[in-house]
Amino acid sequence: MSVIQVPVGPQHPALKEPERFILHVEGESVVKVDVKIGYAHRGIEKIFERKMYIPGVFVAERICGICSAAHAVAYSLVVEKVAEVEPPERAKAIRTIAFELNRIQSHLLWLGILAHELGFDTLFMLTWRDRELVLSLIERLFGNRVTYGAVVPGGVRRDISDAAAKETVKVCEKIIERAREYLDLCLSEKTIVMRTENIGILKPHQSIALCAVGPVARGSAVRFDVREDEPYDALELLDFQMVVEDGCDTLSRTLVRVKETEVSAQIVKELAKKLPAGPIKIRLPMKLPEGEAVSRVEAPRGELFYYAVSKGGDKPYRMKVRTPTLANIPALCEMLKGCHIADVPVILASIDPCFACMDRVEVVDSSGRRRDLEEMLRRRGV
Amino acid sequence: MGVLSWARAKSIWVLHFNSGGCNGCDIEAVAAFTPRFDAERFGVLLVPSPRHADALLVTGPVTKQIKDRLIRIYEQMPEPKFVIAFGTCACTGGVFKGSYSTCGGVDKVIPVDLYIPGCPPKPEALLNGIAELMRRVRGG
Ligand code: SF4
Repeated sequence: MSVIQVPVGPQHPALKEPERFILHVEGESVVKVDVKIGYAHRGIEKIFERKMYIPGVFVAERICGICSAAHAVAYSLVVEKVAEVEPPERAKAIRTIAFELNRIQSHLLWLGILAHELGFDTLFMLTWRDRELVLSLIERLFGNRVTYGAVVPGGVRRDISDAAAKETVKVCEKIIERAREYLDLCLSEKTIVMRTENIGILKPHQSIALCAVGPVARGSAVRFDVREDEPYDALELLDFQMVVEDGCDTLSRTLVRVKETEVSAQIVKELAKKLPAGPIKIRLPMKLPEGEAVSRVEAPRGELFYYAVSKGGDKPYRMKVRTPTLANIPALCEMLKGCHIADVPVILASIDPCFACMDRVEVVDSSGRRRDLEEMLRRRGV
Repeated sequence: MGVLSWARAKSIWVLHFNSGGCNGCDIEAVAAFTPRFDAERFGVLLVPSPRHADALLVTGPVTKQIKDRLIRIYEQMPEPKFVIAFGTCACTGGVFKGSYSTCGGVDKVIPVDLYIPGCPPKPEALLNGIAELMRRVRGG
């Protein structure tokens, strides 16, 4: 049978973001995938070089609206490392609350998207209704729903009052209850199990070889979570339970995320109950010393990496961002090989792609040849 | 008010297009169609194809790569068509203004009828924008 090319995107009902996939299809099954990225490339790393350190955090937040807190925290950590300052304890706790609330809303959002791709729109509406609970809480705590503007290098900009902390505990209890219900649902509902079990297989050795990160790696029984390996902010004080599943398919990636929702809600609850006292911010000097630093955090989609170089002065010389979706693209290409074309949207959704995050690079080949992105990523060791 | 515009005002179908934004606006736009805000009760529906759409909801600062696609999608829409620029990025370029790979706003590329600023605007702002659009459609 001959191989046909099916282009998907950049504007396509199954994709919420502009990206292009070229599926090489033989009959009903996919034999190869070409990915073309760069539609959402906004030149952010260059913008960083024009911004002073503190306003830069607002650009970092706008790399991705879904994991905005992860970007803000990673950026702040790297700037603090260059400046050699340490934020106060209370600031660290509030940051972690922002971060984990962000993860909860991101995972709920993702569960909704998966349900939508499965054609299970009732679940989509239910999870997005619960997500509004978290968003209202975030708005109450930080003043905004999506880009919080709360985390800055040196601390946070808004304190959490006792009344707000009490409310946080209450909402977390509700979320824990709902997360348990979703877990039950994912394990028992035929609609979900039949369309996700043994779909999009990624074996542990493939996951390691292709450098998968986040829930994609943990769904393939790889124990890799920055929150455990290298705890940051208030996570150092907590006893953190990593979630790992060994099914290696879309179902286990789903379970990892649903269980993590509960774990994150527990973390927020614990922190909100005993917020340390003290100031919420220290002043950062205008000009930072020469130096370079890296920071890693576990964003909702996996390991997020920032690298900064300072040559003295009030602006970074270079800021490099490596986002989790880019690291998961080679794994995605592997998962798609051999699957049915009807399963493509589900597998694609299973890595929780965030193309706005990912488009850090634009591939320009002066010789005019078309290059295989997967090849290139592997060669560069991304 | 003619029968046509009366009918049209009650069934504005929207095509959502991300022109390279940060996703913040996109999730807020989708959130407007979920139970808490429920824009569908005004007859607004998200449609997957430009050929079925009355209004184009654009988010993001329009990257140079996506520019031609945006124009093509705009041209594929049947008349009368409306363009809503959703978010500060789409209105002016926002934080990405002056970057080497963005055009700095939707109105640099296609004509815009309605601007909804905010980074990101709340879903209520979208509902307000839709109400405004309905008023305009009814007005002729
Ligand atoms: S306006 Fe703000 S939230 Fe919306 S796409 Fe632009 S940066 Fe993101």
